[in-house]
Amino acid sequence: MAKAVVTVIGKDKPGIIAGVSRTLAEHDINILDVSQTIMSDIFTMSMLVNLEKLDEEFNKLQNDLNHLGKQLNVEIHTQREEIFDAMSRV
Amino acid sequence: METNQITETINMVAEEHLDIRTVTMGISLLDTIAGTPQETAKNIYQKITTYAKDLVKVAQQIEREFGIPITNKRISVTPIALIAGKASPDDMLYYAHALDDAAKAVGVDFIGGYSALVQKGFANGDLSLIKSLPRVLTETDLVMSSINIGSTKAGINLDAIKLMGETIKAITDKSDTANAKLVVFANAVEDNPFMAGAFHGVSEADVVINVGVSGPGVVKRALEKVKGEPIQIVAETVKKTAFKITRVGQMVGSLAAERLGVEFGIVDLSLAPTPARGDSVAEVLEEIGLEMVGTHGTTAALMLLNDAVKKGGVMASQRVGGLSGAFIPVSEDAGMIDAVKAGVLSLAKLEAMTAVCSVGLDMIAIPGETDATTIAAMIADEAAIGVQNNKTTAVRILPTNGTKVGDIVDYGGLLGTAPVMPVVQKSSADFINRGGHIPAPIHSFKN
Repeated sequence: MAKAVVTVIGKDKPGIIAGVSRTLAEHDINILDVSQTIMSDIFTMSMLVNLEKLDEEFNKLQNDLNHLGKQLNVEIHTQREEIFDAMSRV
Repeated sequence: METNQITETINMVAEEHLDIRTVTMGISLLDTIAGTPQETAKNIYQKITTYAKDLVKVAQQIEREFGIPITNKRISVTPIALIAGKASPDDMLYYAHALDDAAKAVGVDFIGGYSALVQKGFANGDLSLIKSLPRVLTETDLVMSSINIGSTKAGINLDAIKLMGETIKAITDKSDTANAKLVVFANAVEDNPFMAGAFHGVSEADVVINVGVSGPGVVKRALEKVKGEPIQIVAETVKKTAFKITRVGQMVGSLAAERLGVEFGIVDLSLAPTPARGDSVAEVLEEIGLEMVGTHGTTAALMLLNDAVKKGGVMASQRVGGLSGAFIPVSEDAGMIDAVKAGVLSLAKLEAMTAVCSVGLDMIAIPGETDATTIAAMIADEAAIGVQNNKTTAVRILPTNGTKVGDIVDYGGLLGTAPVMPVVQKSSADFINRGGHIPAPIHSFKN
């Protein structure tokens, strides 16, 4: 089972969490953990999500979230979890 | 997982230009040798396009999954002089075009290994290859060449150096930019993933994946946080940052190797600049406390940087190899270009810096009228530094016809732009024309 981290950074407005969650639900992806904060008007959220497997589905999800990011005018990154672990753990 | 870890990683890529500089597939061509150059060329094309057919696709998918750019996808091969042992200079074109065509077919950025190892002497294939260079480097697009003319164990081949001075001039007469595809080494390494010097050594496995990671911007940003602290804190900070960067390389490299079904070779952690602002080794040195790179103290700061990068990298990877350290090309580094333009960074200082960095005189433009023996003498000086100090040194120098000191030459893309630098106007011809061989230094006799 693979995991991915979805991060959202941008100016706060209604509908960001709703939009991201809806897209994830459409792809049948479970959210494992969420951390969200507003730092001087900037919305920052990281979500840990479950991926059944890494294949075409990952690319489709990433495309959809990138598209959503453009619509909401925020930056959305979808990356496999390992990259964050690799850098911070021996 | 901490949110600040996530933010740190994302910023490294988005703002500090952290990238996997290259995923390089090393391919042995020893089993492609056939009766005629034409048959061998066909086998070379076949082998490369078989093993590397998915290289670009796999690298792009990894880029996507980890959100980290892989700037170059490359191939390195067995030094062609070994494959083309019986060839004539004209025959060499078959080999070069096979490499170029194969590289284009699989969509990589460059293919390295049009190389000869002549530190102790020439064989037929070596001479044919060197003689073919002016044609090969101007008639192919993606082929990169390297010639090893000295080693700590073998000494320095002055005949080869003389020949390379003449060859570089002959290439200049055909093209202003083709010399960017040629590097003259001492103590060349066999698993270097970086160009122009990558080749696949004969002691390597059949096919391997080597990875080059870079991130001068990340190091600079980390050092901004320790302004005014004692110098050992600088070393510690570089070490820790190098560790993080190398971990990414290790992860990407092993995954790429697994998906391509080949062995994972090494991670080369080299701070390799690009012409983009904020992706500069010169700026890292300036952050350590120099008003401008090239001033007094530059060599010391570079020594610390190069060493700390290696120490951080060694701990982070299963196998560290290649050149690992800091590159100081002039044309590819915005800070170096500024310092040359300001008259602060001289050729003499660059030479001193090569005694403590990971490579050598790199991407330096000089006037086109510079004599072949003067170019050869520059190569000899660099080789001497490498051979005596047990390190790799290299010369990638770009004489440019019709230019004078201070002119700016544009090489395009990642190769950047270089101000033409002054060369000492006294002859070294009698030294170079002696020819022969400089014996290996006494400390090479360790058996």
